[in-house]
Amino acid sequence: MSEEISLMKGNEAIAHAAIRYGVDGYFGYPITPQSEIIETLMEAAPWETTGMVVLQAESELAAINMVYGGAASGKAVMTSSSSPGISLKQEGISYLAGTELPALIVNVQRGGPGLGTIQPSQSDYFQTVKGGGHGDYRLITLAPNSVQEMADFVDLGFRLAFKYRNPAMILTDGAIGQMMEKVRLPESRRRRTEQEIREQCPWAALGKTPDRKPNIHTSLELDPVIMEKNNERFQAKYREIEKNEVRYEEILCEDAKYLFVAFGSAARICLKSIEMAREEGIKVGLLRPITLWPFPGKIIEEYAKKVKGMLVVELNAGQMVEDVRLAANGKVKVEHYGRLGGIVPTPDDVLKALKEKITK
Amino acid sequence: MNKNDIVSPENIVYKKPELMNDTFMHYCPGCSHGVVHKLIAEVIKELGLEEKTIGIAPVGCAVFAYNYLDIDWVEAAHGRAPAVATAIKRLNPEKMVFTYQGDGDLAAIGTAETIHACNRGENIAIIFINNGIYGMTGGQMAPTTLPNMITSTTPRGRDVRMTGNPVKILDMLIHLDGVCFATRHSVHTAAAVKKAKKAIKHAFENSMAGKGTSIVEIVSTCNAGWKMTPVEANDWMVENMFPVYPLGDLKNV
Repeated sequence: MSEEISLMKGNEAIAHAAIRYGVDGYFGYPITPQSEIIETLMEAAPWETTGMVVLQAESELAAINMVYGGAASGKAVMTSSSSPGISLKQEGISYLAGTELPALIVNVQRGGPGLGTIQPSQSDYFQTVKGGGHGDYRLITLAPNSVQEMADFVDLGFRLAFKYRNPAMILTDGAIGQMMEKVRLPESRRRRTEQEIREQCPWAALGKTPDRKPNIHTSLELDPVIMEKNNERFQAKYREIEKNEVRYEEILCEDAKYLFVAFGSAARICLKSIEMAREEGIKVGLLRPITLWPFPGKIIEEYAKKVKGMLVVELNAGQMVEDVRLAANGKVKVEHYGRLGGIVPTPDDVLKALKEKITK
Repeated sequence: MNKNDIVSPENIVYKKPELMNDTFMHYCPGCSHGVVHKLIAEVIKELGLEEKTIGIAPVGCAVFAYNYLDIDWVEAAHGRAPAVATAIKRLNPEKMVFTYQGDGDLAAIGTAETIHACNRGENIAIIFINNGIYGMTGGQMAPTTLPNMITSTTPRGRDVRMTGNPVKILDMLIHLDGVCFATRHSVHTAAAVKKAKKAIKHAFENSMAGKGTSIVEIVSTCNAGWKMTPVEANDWMVENMFPVYPLGDLKNV
């Protein structure tokens, strides 16, 4: 399939992108608001074309452990879910981190806690970037703000996951998952052959050949001296990712006196608020973190020296704002505006909050 | 006569399987695990699958199975081995994928993964060690613990009114169409070992032939957990475990 422009939902874009990027396997369990991902894959039946495996598992727990197995054999494998299902997947995510296996996990967030709601939310920020599962690990986290980025980040997520042998997550929400936009789908790329996987991923458990030792994937190490060394190796890798892979977007920041800091759908709302604010003569820009981990703290630190105030806009009770405050380190006023439980604020609400909390 | 005369090739009637690593085992003396490991190593070699086999190790006593067999391994989270195996086999259909699981792993925490992998008829072999106790964590009750059996979490004996009866999971699994072979064996005598090996070989052959899921249950001893000598444990198993878990094929299609 050659490059193609289509109109589709963010969830559908992820599914089509996965097929076109030559992903080897998808394992998932239905949950609103992301079920279109597995539905689209089942409808497309890629096992008949690219050979991609698609399987509806018995639970999110089984699905993430299927991903763990597939990843251990060197395959490009992914799963998707929404908040309550992502909580169930934390066991497998921790094991992926502990065995240093690449995989892509998509979280189309909905409001929580508990069963919560099915409307959009960004309240899994802490869970994603601060841990989620047990142990000292980090999850490469990409936050798309458009249907196009939903498609693009399937590729980016896998590239980073394989480069660093680390799980990666696309952290999006019900708004981006459900909304329809124009999207440019990539040209089809064939899946890697077993020979290519053996060469590119010499660690893959594909059957031991006489020229190498067995490939064993385990996160267990009962000797604390060795376990500390393993952890130090993980941490060194995380520092490397923090050095190389920070991504963000600056919109109308050159002349900005104030800054919105927002990701994903909240950043989309801020774009309209900026337009309205500038009509009133309030010079506000947007700093949009694309990678939530590694977090773009350095650029926030820079802007903290330049602007008069920052408003962190999130669909939660104040999560990323803690990282923004850490980065700003007291140099500038940082306030938070958020709506909870699946409520999405209007651009007016955001502008009003900017005036009340920052510019007045 | 020196030692080399005695170990001359024509005198060797028994040796360690080639696929078993030269390392100390952490299993207690008298434990059944070592024998079953040996049988798997022999079967893989005899079927010529050593470059194609991926083993899935469980959580439990056999967590370190990957240290003993010279093949590729993936160590699964507790109970998740059938899910892990599902993906590896589906993504690599020409490989031999087997799980090695204990009773807690397979019949308690991993019940859902076991049932659904079997129901899908995944072309994998499941080696199921049933010794009625949690060995690794220090002798707690397993789903397969016998009524009135003493464990560290049933110090007055398993009270079935409180914790239910032993889970005869093979009896449940045979009703699933995806299961092509379910059989129960032991490894406490030379004859039993021979039969168990034949069953494991059949299970591996089924997997490679794409016939569905094969499960080989090995009713085993845990003399350390049962607080018996190895000989006493074997006798106790015959007397008490076999009536609840009778040996033989439950399904073979």
